[in-house]
Amino acid sequence: MKNFLKISNGSAFKLDSLPILPFADFRQTLIDSTGSEKVRVAALFPMELNNQTLLTAILIDSADHCLRCGAAVTARSYPALTPEAPVFHWFERELFERYGITPETHPWLKPIRKADGEYFTMTGDAVNEVAVGPVHAGVIEPGHFRFQCMGEKVYSLEISLGYQSRGVEKLLEGPLSSRTMPLFETAAGDSAAAAATGAATLIEALSGIVPSMGAQQLRAIMIELERVANHTGDLGALAGDVAYLPTASFCGRIRGEYLNMTAEICGNRFGRNCIIPGGIRYEVDEKRRQKLLDWMKKVNAELKHALDLMFDSPTVLDRFENTGTVPLDVASSIGLVGVAARASGMDMDIRHELPCGFYKESAPEKVPGGKGDVLSRAKVRYDEIFASLDFIEKNLRNHEISAPVGGQLPELQSDSMAVAVTEAWRGELCQIMITGNNGNIIQSRIVDPSFHNWFGLAMALRDEEISNFPICNKSFNLSYCGHDL
Amino acid sequence: MLKAFMARLRQGYRTGTFPDTPPVLPERFIGRPEVFPEKVNDEARKICPVGAVSEQGKIDLGRCIFCGKCAQVCPEGIKFTSEYRLGAFSHEALEVPGMEPWQESSNPELRKLCGKSFKIRQVSAGGCAACELDFNVLNTLAWDIGRFGIQVVASPRHADALLVTGPVSDNMRLALEKTYNAMPKPSFVIAGGACAVSGGLYRDGTTAGGVESILPVDMFVPGCPPHPAVMLETLLRLIAYR
Repeated sequence: MKNFLKISNGSAFKLDSLPILPFADFRQTLIDSTGSEKVRVAALFPMELNNQTLLTAILIDSADHCLRCGAAVTARSYPALTPEAPVFHWFERELFERYGITPETHPWLKPIRKADGEYFTMTGDAVNEVAVGPVHAGVIEPGHFRFQCMGEKVYSLEISLGYQSRGVEKLLEGPLSSRTMPLFETAAGDSAAAAATGAATLIEALSGIVPSMGAQQLRAIMIELERVANHTGDLGALAGDVAYLPTASFCGRIRGEYLNMTAEICGNRFGRNCIIPGGIRYEVDEKRRQKLLDWMKKVNAELKHALDLMFDSPTVLDRFENTGTVPLDVASSIGLVGVAARASGMDMDIRHELPCGFYKESAPEKVPGGKGDVLSRAKVRYDEIFASLDFIEKNLRNHEISAPVGGQLPELQSDSMAVAVTEAWRGELCQIMITGNNGNIIQSRIVDPSFHNWFGLAMALRDEEISNFPICNKSFNLSYCGHDL
Repeated sequence: MLKAFMARLRQGYRTGTFPDTPPVLPERFIGRPEVFPEKVNDEARKICPVGAVSEQGKIDLGRCIFCGKCAQVCPEGIKFTSEYRLGAFSHEALEVPGMEPWQESSNPELRKLCGKSFKIRQVSAGGCAACELDFNVLNTLAWDIGRFGIQVVASPRHADALLVTGPVSDNMRLALEKTYNAMPKPSFVIAGGACAVSGGLYRDGTTAGGVESILPVDMFVPGCPPHPAVMLETLLRLIAYR
């Protein structure tokens, strides 16, 4: 990886410093360096530069606490990475679908964002196929699931996405505008604080603005509140799926309390329109800070009580344990990230490996991993909730009150690329912004954690009872819109 | 069992008191604006990320994402209040200044047929999931919409109304139409959130730019996403609950 450019998380560089390698070297570097949590793929995409198509890769180098960036001129087809390095399989399918670049010998170049009606099938008298979606039974985003079963047992699950595709990345092209931040925030609407922090970091890196420490602290508090709210909702939903109604009911309400705390800061329960380039639009003054602290003290105790009740119930534990297991070797080879990866025993967390913004000062405690089953994913979330709550409380107490900033849009430096990776509640979110010679955005990339993890859910279902699909699904709770963009 | 029972006692009764009393909204909640068109300047039009501020200086709440940035640059022409009665039964009633949407009456046929029992099938079509999440909240014990005879159902065959969220992505259009066609008639359509009402941030994306271009809409709920109180208040007006 020495031939790749080393950059720090949340920084920008001029495009002419991007190393353009011979394709064979580029390919070999990607194959040799990836495949464990030590070096992970953040993004792989084509970029038009000087009338050439550059296949560009961004890697997360955990040992060196930095990002690595490299590129190579690519033809319309090239020898695929996937057979030797399966972590690229989804990225290469995207390359083929969106840009018509063919990774030769890729085993399954099926589109990832368009249901084309072709599915992996099995034949035999006892085989039955179950098709679900895109319109699901509940109030939830659309996607299509195709199960190949023998009786109750699932042999294969294929997940077909793309129904939420609305062209986010394309809409981000052009001059920086008042629409840029809301578009980033709504790529996956339940991760708005993390997305806004990452996007603001990109714009700040490209314009040389440095937000105040207090503003950065408040951003981190909002990201952690978002994590707590989502984990709380998901643990409640898991309880609901195994018919353990007390925790399901309590958590449904308690999740709302954390969303309301976010709204206490900025008026919006999802933390929208608050984090902007240069800082934060709202101030958390002494009175508000005390209100939040008192409120949290009460709600945190109610949450712990509701969750302990569930984790103390043998009927629940029996359903969660050894269900939907993704073992460590599978998790590493397909490149899982975030909660799901940690639950499978991978040691990764951007807040500790490549801290950006306030996380350089302080970050929530790391939590222990597990063996990759539903119970592990539930426990990782439980532990993360209380680690984040400690962090929020500590940082609210010593919050450096920062003056709100207005919304003046800065000029972006030309011919540059900025990359930010943020630990959103599902896992690492990679955002990239590339500017042209007039400072306009010529390309934006969003790699949502769900992009890495959907295939993990498919793997979790192998040899599993089909009736366990709901709890496997909830234990991941991946984003359709974040994937589809 | 005893533990679960004790837990219930400890957690207590937590359903809110709305609609008997006004809903508890955050102090910084951005609701219906007061607009003085003659004082609305170009700055406000330019800064709006969704083009909700018209040449005439009016604001289309169907487009508005309630970021409040226009009021920041044009405080003399636009002032956001905490008025949460935002939902309307016609597109015209979404324009401010204009008629107050709560003065408008809903479809009398719907009120007659569904006033006591209103079943909703929700379809998510290209949004960001926030509208779905905040609608789901109405099913939690904090809001408990079952109290009003409103229920979310899985099958379109059991539904009186279709709640659409999202701008209707090209890839979801067929599934949405099939769901609508599977509903027994008469059936009603609710557009929930800025995307479904007008395309929102995604009107220029690979979408239909809102549900109205595909299906007739009976109820429009502004917001990005609509606060649960906004959605519930409009639903209660729709079915004329008292």
